[in-house]
Order: sequence, then C-alpha cells, then structure tokens
Amino acid sequence: MMAAGGGAARGGGAAATTTGTGTSFRRSGGSRLAAVPGTRPALRHGRLLLSCGVPSLDCVLGGGLAVGTLLLIEEDKYGVYSSLLLKYFLAEGVVCGHDLFVASAQDPPANILKELPAPLLDDNFKTERVEATAAKSEDCQDSMQIAWRYQNAPKVETSPTTSIKFGHYYDVSKKMSPELLQSIKWHSFFLPDELPLEPKLKMCNMNCGYARLLQSIQSVIYQEGFDGSHPQKKRKNILRIGIQSLGSLLWDDDICSTSTPEDIHSITKFLYVLRGLLRKSLSACIITMPSHLMENKAIMERVTNLSDMVVGLESFIGSERETNPLYKDYHGLLHVHQIPRLNSLICDVSDTKDLAFRLKRKQFTVERLHLPPDLSDTVSRSSKQDLAESAKLLSSGCGAMAIGKKHLDF
Amino acid sequence: MLQELNELLDAAPQRPDTGKFTLLRDSRTDGSFLVHHFLSFYLRAGCKVCFLALVQSFSHYNIVAQKLGVSLTAAKEQGQLVFLEGLKSCLDLVFGEEERSGQPNPLQFISGSVSNLKDLFDFVRTSLTPTDSDCWKGRVLLVDDLSVLLSLGAAPVDVLDFIHYCRMVVCSQLKGNIVVLVHGSEDSEDEENKLVVTSLCHHSNLILWVEGLATGFCKDVHGEVRHGGVLGGGTWQCHTVWRRALSALQDALSLLQPRISLICSMAKD
Repeated sequence: MMAAGGGAARGGGAAATTTGTGTSFRRSGGSRLAAVPGTRPALRHGRLLLSCGVPSLDCVLGGGLAVGTLLLIEEDKYGVYSSLLLKYFLAEGVVCGHDLFVASAQDPPANILKELPAPLLDDNFKTERVEATAAKSEDCQDSMQIAWRYQNAPKVETSPTTSIKFGHYYDVSKKMSPELLQSIKWHSFFLPDELPLEPKLKMCNMNCGYARLLQSIQSVIYQEGFDGSHPQKKRKNILRIGIQSLGSLLWDDDICSTSTPEDIHSITKFLYVLRGLLRKSLSACIITMPSHLMENKAIMERVTNLSDMVVGLESFIGSERETNPLYKDYHGLLHVHQIPRLNSLICDVSDTKDLAFRLKRKQFTVERLHLPPDLSDTVSRSSKQDLAESAKLLSSGCGAMAIGKKHLDF
Repeated sequence: MLQELNELLDAAPQRPDTGKFTLLRDSRTDGSFLVHHFLSFYLRAGCKVCFLALVQSFSHYNIVAQKLGVSLTAAKEQGQLVFLEGLKSCLDLVFGEEERSGQPNPLQFISGSVSNLKDLFDFVRTSLTPTDSDCWKGRVLLVDDLSVLLSLGAAPVDVLDFIHYCRMVVCSQLKGNIVVLVHGSEDSEDEENKLVVTSLCHHSNLILWVEGLATGFCKDVHGEVRHGGVLGGGTWQCHTVWRRALSALQDALSLLQPRISLICSMAKD
C-alpha cells in the first residue's frame, strides 16, 4: 500500500509502520483504525476495506474491496448488470461521504450520477423487511424435502441490520436525491469532451484516451491529497474511481473489435500505471470491461494478471437459460476469476464457487447457486443434458484457486 | 519459511547453492508464496539480494516477510537487500520531470524511447557487483514477476536477452542464484509468454510448478507443486517429479504428501 516510513499514519493501513514483532497480531486500536468513514479494517491483513455497495458481493470478495486495489468486472453481454454494479459502488461512495471519480467514454458522468439508486434508510427498510419476511415465510412452506441439507446452508447474504455503517442497501427503482449527491465532491472524465481540445500527446506510446485518463486521475489524487501529499488536511477520505467500459471501441482502442489489434500494450500499461497510483493513495477502483467482445484472449489473460480482483458477470438475458426452469430464480451467474493475496500468503475466499445473482424486489443480491435435484424417472433428455453442462460449469470454479483440468465423475 | 520445501529441495540457509537458476511457474493459481519463501530463505542465508518487485508494493512484501520472520526494512538499511519497486519507478517515469540526472530509470523501456531492457540489467549489475565494504556471502537476483514485462511492452526476445545477461553476470561471474517467477499455463493463448516460459524452462536448474488440483476446487488444499530440473550440461531431463499438495494454515503454507483421502474429501459439495 503506502511506503513504510511515509508521512502521516494512515487509518488502518498503518500496519506497515509497526516495528516488526514477527506476529500477525494486530491490536484493534479503535479510534485510529476507524478514522476514515465508510471503511473497516480487514482482520487478516490489516488493510482498509470498502463496501462495493452490494453486501453479498462484499462477502464474496472477502469482506469488501481493499483500499488501493482494483476490481475488474467483466461485463455481461448487454452491459446491464455491470453498469448497475458500478452505480452501486458510486452510490455507496455518496452515502459514506467519499469522493468520486467517474470516467466514461459513452455516458456523460453527470448522467451516470443522476441514475444512482436511492439508499434504503433504516426506517424505510424495516417496512420492506416486514414484507420480505412475510413473503419468506410463505416460501418456507414448501421447504426442501429431498435437498434438506441445503435448507440450512447459509446464503451469501448479510443481514442489513448488522451492517449499519458498512454496506448499505439500495432501491434500484428509485433515484438518489440530488441533495445527497451535492454533499460529496465528484470529479469526472468524459472522453469526448477531452480529446479535441488538446493535441495528441504520446505518453509512453499509450493510447491517447488512456493517457489523458491517467493524467486526470493522477492530478486529482495529487491535488486533493489522497496520496498524503497535503498532510495539513485534517480529515482523510477515500477516492472511489469508477471507469465504465474500458477497452471498448469508444476509447479508440481496437482490442474489442479485432483479433489482431494494433496496439496490445496500451491497456496493460494503463492498468499497471493505475495500479501504481492506487497503491500509493487512499483510493479504490472498479473498472468494467467488455471482455466478451475480445477475440484475443491473450490480452484478457494479461489484464487479469494486472488486476487485483476479477469478477465476471454472465446474464441470462437472451440466452436459452432465461426460460430454463433450472435458473428461474436468477438473472445470471457470477464468476470469480481472481482474488488477491494482499499482505499475506493466503487469501480470504468464500468456500463456494457457484454464485448467481438476481435483481429481486429492487435489490441486487449474489447468492450461492444450487441446482434442484434431478429426481424423476421421466426427466427429459434436454434437461439432463443441461444439468450436465451446468455441473461442468459449476465445477470449473475460480481461476485463481485450484481449477480442475477436466470434469471428473465419481 | 517452508520447512517441507527446504527438505524437498535439500536446501538449507546455512549452505545456499551457487550458480543456480530456479524458475517458479504458476498455472491458474498464485505462486507468489514461493517468492516470499525464497526471499526470506536467502536473506536468512546471508546473501545479498536484488529484488525486482514489479507487481506489488514494498509494504506487501514487508508484511509477509515479517510473518516469515525476516525484516525487509532492516535488510534494506543494512544494504543486504536492494529493492526495486516497479510500481513506484513506473510512476516516476510516467509522471516525473523530463530531465533525469544520474542513472536512467530502470524501467525506461516502458516509455518507448528504448526497446531493450538494458537499463534494468544495468540496475541489477550495479546492485549486485561486490564492493569493498561487502560482507555478504552470495548474490541472488529475485524477479516477481517476469510476465509483466511483456505486458509493459517488452518483446519476448528482449526479455530473454535480459535473463541471459543476468545469468552470465549473476550465475557465472558472481556465482550467485537467480529465482524468477512467471505465469503460464499449458492452455494459455498468450504466445509471447509461452515462448518466454518454454525457453526459460530449458535453461533452468530447477523448476517449481504450482498448479491447481486436477480434481477441482477444494477448500483446504490449494494446489500442487511439481518439482523438476535439469541434470547439468544443459540437457533437459525431468529429474524427479513429485507432486505435493499445498494447504494453507493461517499464514503458513505446508506441503502435504498426496493422499487418497484428500481427493475424496473434496467431493463434499
């Protein structure tokens, strides 16, 4: 994160300045660690964690998004859910009082910010919860009789009442009020506004749009003091950076349109420099990338290696799974391709790799996916084949963890 | 420090090897724990280490090294460790001033003004060349990781040239060791990376290959380490291939004997 021996002690990341005791024990000095609002320290590695706006996704990511890291979201086919996740991330920043930096080549950042979901405040949510529990008790009537083991299995979900200060719930059907948005500071980068004004500058042979974006991010970090360069600022804050659809054609990069792109190094150089900027400042970044358009898989491998966390969304819209009764409760699958090992030899990983997401009752949740058991004698051939394919899909698991070479049948 | 790994490789901090090129290779999993292991191993052995840390910050390695019982800050102050923080150097290069007094930035190739890795090699050479006040027993070059150089615009030939020059200086002249981490799986589509990895495999004394389990994801067992090597003379033969399963216990990793019961226990969910 920040270099040891730097200036002011930073919130929970001051772990680096402890004189080596050789143990991983960290005293939970309350006032020092909780100095930055909207964050909490991670138990294992002492870094500060941010909520990405969806508490169930925070669980999947090992408690949250660590400050100084990058989360790459591989977009689903129509970009519906990935832009939703980006909006959740920004909305969480507004609620916690963090600064925002929104970059896009497609939608003006001001429009993106107008469409943030409204936070569910506690009293509103209580009425919703009552409805939800009433509905839930109906669901429980047809409790599982065969797969009773799954009945008590924990879902990947946290109860909203336990996470008042970390992780909030949002209502997608309502927009965030402009007053709430005005209470925070936000910066924007909209590529069509930037390009014609100044001549092309070649920074490190990088694509012009990426170079300008990096300069913009760096100037915001430096001027607002997120890297500790203005120690007289009394209150530390986090910068949340959200970049939409990086690598698409609108950024003047052809990696998503051809299998032999002209310049395959721009995006990876961009990610490397961005990683350097993130590591030395109190910021975190989410980038969405239309990786399903990339024909050159080598680039995606390099991009994955240069990101800290990679999560892929696969929505069921338009695919035959939309009408498949096996997936009727869900809107898509969530694949976790990479989880970082920060400041430790091992990482926090949830023990389930089969995750699906859904947008239910105006809320986006990530849950463990379990297929219903294949019971009857007269099960049709198509559903059996689908089950086998789904099982193959489920066993493929997470790329950073042990991944099976082939589907073995026991 | 992984005791089992030391026993496996028949290595001990008291008598480190000389002139060895070790290749760490990972496929679809993270092999950086081996980098931490070798870093603490060679620091304990009293060697002078030049560490090209291209992907993570100094504090990351420092915190892990403290858990393994070595202090990188102290080693740096004493001059035992020369640490190149790749991320920081890159930021200096990209956002720093134009005039550069003194030595060029080791990562100068990113700017595109030069196409080879000569500046990086000069950095390695000057940091490991023995001076009069040196009291360290051996020389070690540690690279984490080499595949990122390809992402930053270096051609595979330049990367291989760089490694070749480093081997000449570190292994042959200074009788030191080199440990390099690369990413590379067999079904990867990154041709340039495959070229570099295959070439390095043929020139290494020891290859440690970390892979995920063939049977799929298991919560407690994280993967396998395969061990192979060259039996002198440049001919590549598989010395012995042992598969060891890894498990992570808190912040220590241990190597386990492969057992049938382990394979059965993963089929729980």
